[in-house]
Amino acid sequence: MSNGNRNEEGVSRRDFLGLAAFGAAILASLGALAGSLRFVKSNVYSEESKKFKIGKIENFPIGTTRSIDGKSVFIFSDDNGLFAISAVCTHLGCIVYPTEAGFQCPCHGSKYNQDGKVIGGPAPRPLEWFEISQEVDGTLFVDAGKAVPNGTKYIFA
Amino acid sequence: MNDMNDIKQTGLAKYIENLKSLKSSFANSFLRSGIPTSDKSRTAVVVNNFFLHLHGAKTHINTLRPSYTLGLGLISFFLLVIVFISGGFLMVYYSPSIGTAFNAVKDINFVVFGGKLMRNVHKWSGEAMIIFVLLHMARVVYTSSYKRGREFNWVIGIMLLVLTFVINLTGYMLPWDQLSYWALVIVSNIAAAPKELTDIFGITQYFDIGGATKEILLGGTEPGQDSLTRVYLLHIILLPLGICIALGVHFWRIRKDGGLSKPDTLVGKGSGVASISPPDKTGGIFPTHKTYGLMELARGRTPAVDNDVENTVTSWPHLFIAEVAVFILTLAGVIAYSYFIDAPLKEFANPAIPENPAKAPWYFLGLQELVSYSAFMGGQGLPGLAIAGLLLIPYLDREPEHFGIWFSNKQGKMVALESFVIGSIAVIGALVFVVNFGWFRNWWPNIHQLWIIAINPGNLLLGFVVAYSLYVIKRTGSTRMGAISLFTMFLVSYVILTYTGTVLRGPNWEFFWSSSQWPVH
Repeated sequence: MSNGNRNEEGVSRRDFLGLAAFGAAILASLGALAGSLRFVKSNVYSEESKKFKIGKIENFPIGTTRSIDGKSVFIFSDDNGLFAISAVCTHLGCIVYPTEAGFQCPCHGSKYNQDGKVIGGPAPRPLEWFEISQEVDGTLFVDAGKAVPNGTKYIFA
Repeated sequence: MNDMNDIKQTGLAKYIENLKSLKSSFANSFLRSGIPTSDKSRTAVVVNNFFLHLHGAKTHINTLRPSYTLGLGLISFFLLVIVFISGGFLMVYYSPSIGTAFNAVKDINFVVFGGKLMRNVHKWSGEAMIIFVLLHMARVVYTSSYKRGREFNWVIGIMLLVLTFVINLTGYMLPWDQLSYWALVIVSNIAAAPKELTDIFGITQYFDIGGATKEILLGGTEPGQDSLTRVYLLHIILLPLGICIALGVHFWRIRKDGGLSKPDTLVGKGSGVASISPPDKTGGIFPTHKTYGLMELARGRTPAVDNDVENTVTSWPHLFIAEVAVFILTLAGVIAYSYFIDAPLKEFANPAIPENPAKAPWYFLGLQELVSYSAFMGGQGLPGLAIAGLLLIPYLDREPEHFGIWFSNKQGKMVALESFVIGSIAVIGALVFVVNFGWFRNWWPNIHQLWIIAINPGNLLLGFVVAYSLYVIKRTGSTRMGAISLFTMFLVSYVILTYTGTVLRGPNWEFFWSSSQWPVH
């Protein structure tokens, strides 16, 4: 750029200052943008609680399967206890429906057995199992935000 | 208007004089030059008009051959104009709230005068853009028009293709009906699909890039008001703005890169060129010699020096009349189609019950077929690789020969035909196999997901397409032939997969020859 005091090797002072200013401007812009990106992820989501009541244990005699209105979860009760399996397909989030073999997803044909294990189709993971807890008054809660190891069954009094 | 008398005029007389000449003085201020009657004024009208000056003052007659461009890029542009205007009208009633959006669209359909037609026009011209942008791409590939300085404009074209897909998709979500809701569920989970990979390496809890993308897209963990707000923001501001900027650069670069591509020697004089009146070479000072106007002598690549200037005609009226004709035909086609075919509107969004089959909009059903093998590869990996492959075409095929000629030569036609047949066989073969025999998970339920990500019909198909085009390069000794082969197979795969996803897949994504065979439930 400048002919006067050009250093034959390396960058001249003027070029260095110019590059530094240019680099600083780019860095500052990218930094501001990167910081702004955090803006789009809110600290609080205005969504319904993932934890919801399912009533008392008397509602679930051994051998029953129930789905809760508006919640994508199946509640099973067998000899080993109560357990909750998610109805949300692990492939792309459609709602599975129960079949004789287990569960079937309508969107891309994923199939699960009765424990939610994948037996066919594109689903990469088994259906999630959720935590069931009991309040002091006996009311049962399912927490669809808390996955538990598949096969976890709960015995309640 | 006599200058000598001006000094003696009173102010009021001047005022009245100006009032009398208002018509012509306004017309002159607006048009700058009168009605073009000479080549000089025909040039002036292009240079002096903001909208017309996107064009060159003169146009090569090859550009005007309907059989060369087929008007495909222009049709895409006019469809975009129609989309913008009809979209503006729809915004009069639409409001992006999950409580009101569905009712607003229903009102547009059933209460507003001309509302259904307006919505159909918006929907169909938007979706037609996908078809015509793809066809325009095909024209560019088959005429070698991505070469000689046009490489980056091809890249911008691919950006426009992606933007066209995404803006269509976001529009699909706005009515907040069952189609919108479940498309949003599926798309947001495709965004989350890298989870398949991070799960395998056991790092999802530390580095959940898929989950973070999904939450940013949805503004939450499940579709809701925040999701609709974001989709609306994308659909009416961010993506249109992106398209306008990219399209501006796309057009500008056409001019800077020397206009539309054209063969070095104009071939086929008998056919397409015959419909264009030949340039008038009897005028000018030296009728027997090549002469240049000033605008043809400026520096750079733009001007027409040594660029077959004797085969150019003034853009006014030759080019503009052709553009107007394309516009009229486009508008007529869109309105006629929209008059007879209605855009779908399903029931209000119901998070508890997915449609069965739950299908994405048709232009993504080819991807949905791939997604039904692996969400990550079908939704992100393969489309990403396909786009990367398309982007690389002008950089990996740099042969300067046969520029601006459909299919380059006889060999090119053969390669295109052969790739069409072999590509079709490969895609159909893969589909027949999957439909009849399933894939890994059906044979070995316990197989590790990594195997399915690595080896699935989509990957094998992509691998075959790449391998075959490399074989074509080796056999013919020409990268150009490889480009023709690659693109032909890409197009064939897209069409066949889309057809399969649209027509041949029914409830539970099972195979049916037609929807009349779907089980009743």
